Amino acid sequence: MGRYVVRRLLQMIPVFIGATLLVFLMMYALPGDPVRALWGERSVDEAQIAAMKADLGLDLPLWHQYLNYLLGLLQGDFGTQIASGRPVIDVITSALPATLRLTALAFLITVVLGVGLGVIAGLRRGGKTDRMILFVTLLFISVPVFVIGYLYQVFFAHNLGWARPTVQDPTAWSQLILPAMVLSSLSLAYVARLTRTSVAENKRADYMRTARAKGLTGRRAVSVHLMRNSLIPVVTFLGVDIGNLMAGAIVTEGIFNVNGIGSAVYRALSYREGATVVGIVTFMILVYLVVTLLVDLLYAVLDPRIRYA
Amino acid sequence: MRPTGRPHRTLIGAAVLALALAACGGGDDGGTAAGENGGLVRASWGEPQNELEPANTNEVQGGKVLDMTFRGLKRYNPETAEAEDAVAESIETDDQQTFTITLREGWTFHDGTPVTADSFVNAWNYGANIENAQIGSYFFEFIRGYEDVHPTEEGEEPTAETMSGLEVIDDRTFTVTLNEPFSLWPETLGYSAYAPLPDAFFEDREAWLRQPIGNGPYRIDTYNPGQGMTLLPFEEYAGDDGARNDGVELIVYTDNSTAYTDLQAGNLDVIDDIPAAQLRNAEQDLDGRYINEPAGIIQTVSFPLYAEAWQGGDAATIRRGLSMAINREEITERIFQGTRTPATDFTSPVLGEEGGYDEDLCGEVCEYDPERARELIEEAGGLPGGTVTLSSNVDAGSHRQWMDAACNSINNALGDTGACTVTPVPTFADYRNRITGREMTGMFRTGWQMDYPLIQNFLQPIFYSTGSSNDSGYDNPDFDELVDRANRADDEEEAVDLFREAEELLVEDLPAIPLWYQNGIAGYSERVDNVTLNPFSVPVYTEITVN
Repeated sequence: MGRYVVRRLLQMIPVFIGATLLVFLMMYALPGDPVRALWGERSVDEAQIAAMKADLGLDLPLWHQYLNYLLGLLQGDFGTQIASGRPVIDVITSALPATLRLTALAFLITVVLGVGLGVIAGLRRGGKTDRMILFVTLLFISVPVFVIGYLYQVFFAHNLGWARPTVQDPTAWSQLILPAMVLSSLSLAYVARLTRTSVAENKRADYMRTARAKGLTGRRAVSVHLMRNSLIPVVTFLGVDIGNLMAGAIVTEGIFNVNGIGSAVYRALSYREGATVVGIVTFMILVYLVVTLLVDLLYAVLDPRIRYA
Repeated sequence: MRPTGRPHRTLIGAAVLALALAACGGGDDGGTAAGENGGLVRASWGEPQNELEPANTNEVQGGKVLDMTFRGLKRYNPETAEAEDAVAESIETDDQQTFTITLREGWTFHDGTPVTADSFVNAWNYGANIENAQIGSYFFEFIRGYEDVHPTEEGEEPTAETMSGLEVIDDRTFTVTLNEPFSLWPETLGYSAYAPLPDAFFEDREAWLRQPIGNGPYRIDTYNPGQGMTLLPFEEYAGDDGARNDGVELIVYTDNSTAYTDLQAGNLDVIDDIPAAQLRNAEQDLDGRYINEPAGIIQTVSFPLYAEAWQGGDAATIRRGLSMAINREEITERIFQGTRTPATDFTSPVLGEEGGYDEDLCGEVCEYDPERARELIEEAGGLPGGTVTLSSNVDAGSHRQWMDAACNSINNALGDTGACTVTPVPTFADYRNRITGREMTGMFRTGWQMDYPLIQNFLQPIFYSTGSSNDSGYDNPDFDELVDRANRADDEEEAVDLFREAEELLVEDLPAIPLWYQNGIAGYSERVDNVTLNPFSVPVYTEITVN
């Protein structure tokens, strides 16, 4: 197990380098000069532009800039913003809590509602409840998230007045519920459908018959035997989904004005703050990598037949 | 292969992950709702692009804060745009080149230290020095010794720490010597780049940036980058434009339609940007709590006079024809929903008649007359090469739409569907690179947002032969001479007249054709009153009252 983890961690290095390089190149390939753009319509003295570029290392050849960036990352330095001079790590850490809260809440909703609905539907396959759940989840899957976002905003905030239309204080969980519901709707639908199929299939498995035959109650047979076997595909999905939720938060954050990672990356893109964009994307990549590793390790927990060496 | 230990029986993997993430989310649950804040005015804001140093802010969001937290020597009257004395008691000169500035007594910074001549001189020297990388350095270029602290050649090192033109006489007096006569110079001093800085700034800049200390009507109470800022009235404020409310809460919005939603829901009091899609209904939706008035921004279309095709008298006639072929009324109404006003000169209505704005200056040249337009262009031998292009960045401001409309208008006038074509450039940065690289071949969009409400600012930087933003490469010795004379003029009235005379030359030569003035727009809630926009189309926060 230890060796497996080490090997996986080592495998992350090329993925990490490749991904950061790609984002770095893409930012660099955008036309125009972000330093010059600071002056807007005004022509400026070349001296100041040159001085600022030299200061930020933007006058070096691309490979050198990338090397500097990587070396900086190793020391925990995510670079500096061009216009504000703020360290990128500051930008990330000030924006991150809001996004993490939103993602965590959305994830919680996904897990609780998604798995719950899935199990109910799976156990009553073909029944009225099942068909109802299938219909609702189909709706969630087919309607884009920004449509759901504005619909919820109009319905829950304007018409019913149950919630505020936007988040004023991202530290208040109550205000985050509405955006979290929107953010989780798609994953929730997938998780519910995945769980449903899995549960419905495993319900007829031999081990379930055995469990009943040896006298286990229905509840115990379902919660211990059925659930554990049915959750493997769901857990895979959930793992990857954490990353998707964080990335998807960009749209939801925009609709509900949550000033998190999404709005930070949006601003950085519009100002062409390369270091900030690369920094945030790098961070997301790290989250993805770590979560997929965790998911793989969880397989062994759920299914003892799976061994890592 | 090594067997692993048997895992816990009842672990449900997903739940573990969920808990782990929830823990990362931070433990401080609720409780800190920013809800009930009494008499605070809640206003929309955007994250300032640069640090909030006075000389390092050239965009409106940072400008909003500086306007509240700083007062310079002068302040522009929000209504008349006239520069009125603020910290300055008097600014005197005999030769329009050396100015003696006396400060009023009683002004203090938010930390209690007095505003002295040093506060200004140190701040200006800091702003001008190239080593401090201040975006607004060029505001100090008129002061003698600027080249020594801010060399213009790439790679040159500054040869001095301070500008020789600044001299402190005593605590309340200092003199400023300019490079050359500039009669309207005192009127520029209302711009925030000229604000004073307290000693605290020079002692510990990092700490100051976290919570800037100024001398304005508001002091910064809390500042969370990326989230918002709370400003409270400064009790010891010495000016006569103190706050009429209990403070201002600036809330960061990434998307202006979200801010509009919040305004309608009563969660926000003032917005100064209304989403384009809502403009049509804003007046009605907001029940008249809507402002739409010209601001100090003019949009023009410039010509590359450095290209041979656009030189000479015939080319000027063609430019005149093109100007008359654009239907400004229709475009401002249809595409901008009335948030632009067709331009009739090269300045802005915010200057007022006295300041040099002239409603009739452009005359028929800026009026839509398709037949005359066609005649003029045919008379002059047709468009160079038979076609003309119109270029702009298209990443903001409906540029794509109005360019299409303007080209259509020209094509209809000339009866040739291929006469004008649009060349969009994806990003602003790229677009500016092409302009400063003198790569333009046809018409290109140029906009100008004034730094200070002076006719000089609308003409000299853009059309003077060595002007810092002379994108078209316009070079007319007569124009230059009139500008020089205006800058040497003995009084303001004479200066304005000479500038206006120079402006008339522009109508003859048309290095650029005026399109429209951009309007400042704002909307506000029922909770507040007395919302107005200043000449820079920033809400006058001090005046807002909460019901």
